[in-house]
Amino acid sequence: METVIDAKHISVKYITGDLRNIGLKEFVMKKLTHKYHVEEFWAVNDVSFTVEKGDMLGIIGTNGAGKSTLLKVITKIMKPSTGTVKVNGRIAALLELASGFDGDLNLKENAYLRGAMLGYTREFMDRKYPEILEFSELKEFEERPFKQLSSGMKSRIAFAIASMVEPEILILDEVLSVGDGAFREKSEAKMREIIQNGKATILVSHSIDQVRRMCNKVLWLDHGRQVIFGDAEPICNDYAEFLKTKKLPQYDKL
Amino acid sequence: MLSRIKQNAKQYRFLFEVLVKRDFTKKYKRTILGMIWSVLGPLMTLGVLAIVFTQFFGRNMEHYVIYMFCGNLLFSYFRESTTGGMTALNANAPIFSKVNVPKYMFVLSKGVSSTINFGINLCVLFIFCLFDGVTFTWKFVLLLYPIICLIVFNLGMGLILSALYMMFKDLQYLYDVFTLLLMYLSAIFYSIDAYPMQKQYAFYLNPVYVYIRYFRKIILEGTIPKWTFHLLAAGYALVALIVGAVIYKKNNYKFLYYI
Repeated sequence: METVIDAKHISVKYITGDLRNIGLKEFVMKKLTHKYHVEEFWAVNDVSFTVEKGDMLGIIGTNGAGKSTLLKVITKIMKPSTGTVKVNGRIAALLELASGFDGDLNLKENAYLRGAMLGYTREFMDRKYPEILEFSELKEFEERPFKQLSSGMKSRIAFAIASMVEPEILILDEVLSVGDGAFREKSEAKMREIIQNGKATILVSHSIDQVRRMCNKVLWLDHGRQVIFGDAEPICNDYAEFLKTKKLPQYDKL
Repeated sequence: MLSRIKQNAKQYRFLFEVLVKRDFTKKYKRTILGMIWSVLGPLMTLGVLAIVFTQFFGRNMEHYVIYMFCGNLLFSYFRESTTGGMTALNANAPIFSKVNVPKYMFVLSKGVSSTINFGINLCVLFIFCLFDGVTFTWKFVLLLYPIICLIVFNLGMGLILSALYMMFKDLQYLYDVFTLLLMYLSAIFYSIDAYPMQKQYAFYLNPVYVYIRYFRKIILEGTIPKWTFHLLAAGYALVALIVGAVIYKKNNYKFLYYI
């Protein structure tokens, strides 16, 4: 088995408090009156897991569990404060789909922008663009500025780009909960195709049924801590139980 | 280090091109009028300055319009490039919080579009010189020196300001006031000859004035500045760039906290 992602004891310290959206004048005043307050907390605390070739990992947990932060570490947007993560392959992430596009640009320009951000070449995008357009079924909107498109359309094109550009590792953050029925089926089929091509996928979802249906491994996070990492089926059952009782199950530390 | 920059440049060339193209499309809103406006705007400023100040300052000065043009051209470029650079990082927060890209790229691409704008206006300056009977000499080639210095200086300032803007969102208004004051200190429409020598040197504390002075020396006086002057011009540019680069290097991952 080839290990695609190997994460060891990852912790991420996050800073929050007065440092966001503060003005210089406000900052000086707060500093002078000793009211400036910054808080540090561990958004992700000692998380370890591995993803093998062909795996589909589901990351579950309630809001604020540290799922998005963990994804940012895997995609190298953030650096872990401690721990290491080794990624073996090209990653395409679909984090919060509709954002990161530019409202003033049209569909083609945005597709190229996204492709460029993911690290592809112009030749590659020239070749793939017709395919992307066809998959998203948005040909008649090609010339429209992006701000005139609905959020469903935006996520469709985002999905089309990320999956068409042949990622070796696809990261999906709540992606499948958008789009109408027909497109949802199509995107799920496309995802299965990617998984079958022998590349790993990570799915972050609140829908336990979806995780149960698609994933073979699950990582459960709670308040930044790793509850458990292992086979999907038993953990999904425990998680469903937890959502009812709000009590974390006790697992033996290995 | 150098090989890594080279590899980065290769890998992100396409992204850079797309970003530059995007800044252009957005700036000119796909209209030819937008393009014309970028020349018309400075010309109208110049026209007003000429009408108002020729009576006050321009009576004893040859080529007064060219004198003002040099000042206005360089200062406008400085202001446009740095204010544009300031918001470049924050405006692209939705991108760099989703994808791992070199963040200075956004400031850089913004700089390109204002530099092209500057280039167009520079051509207009030369056309004015032609009509105003300014003698063109080989020394004009030396203008490349202050131009490159100013490009680097603006880039460095853009990096510094964009990092600060992530932390303090009211910087925009403070910077507006700052550039207005700096404009009056840049001797755009007056001459500093009336001041005593010491005060004249104090003007060189303003980097933008150094570049303006270089332009005027070459174009209006036909003289090449001393080597110390060259050193000063390059020094300001390098200091700004190094400070900006260090801030970016240090805060690369911390910018995310401020979104």
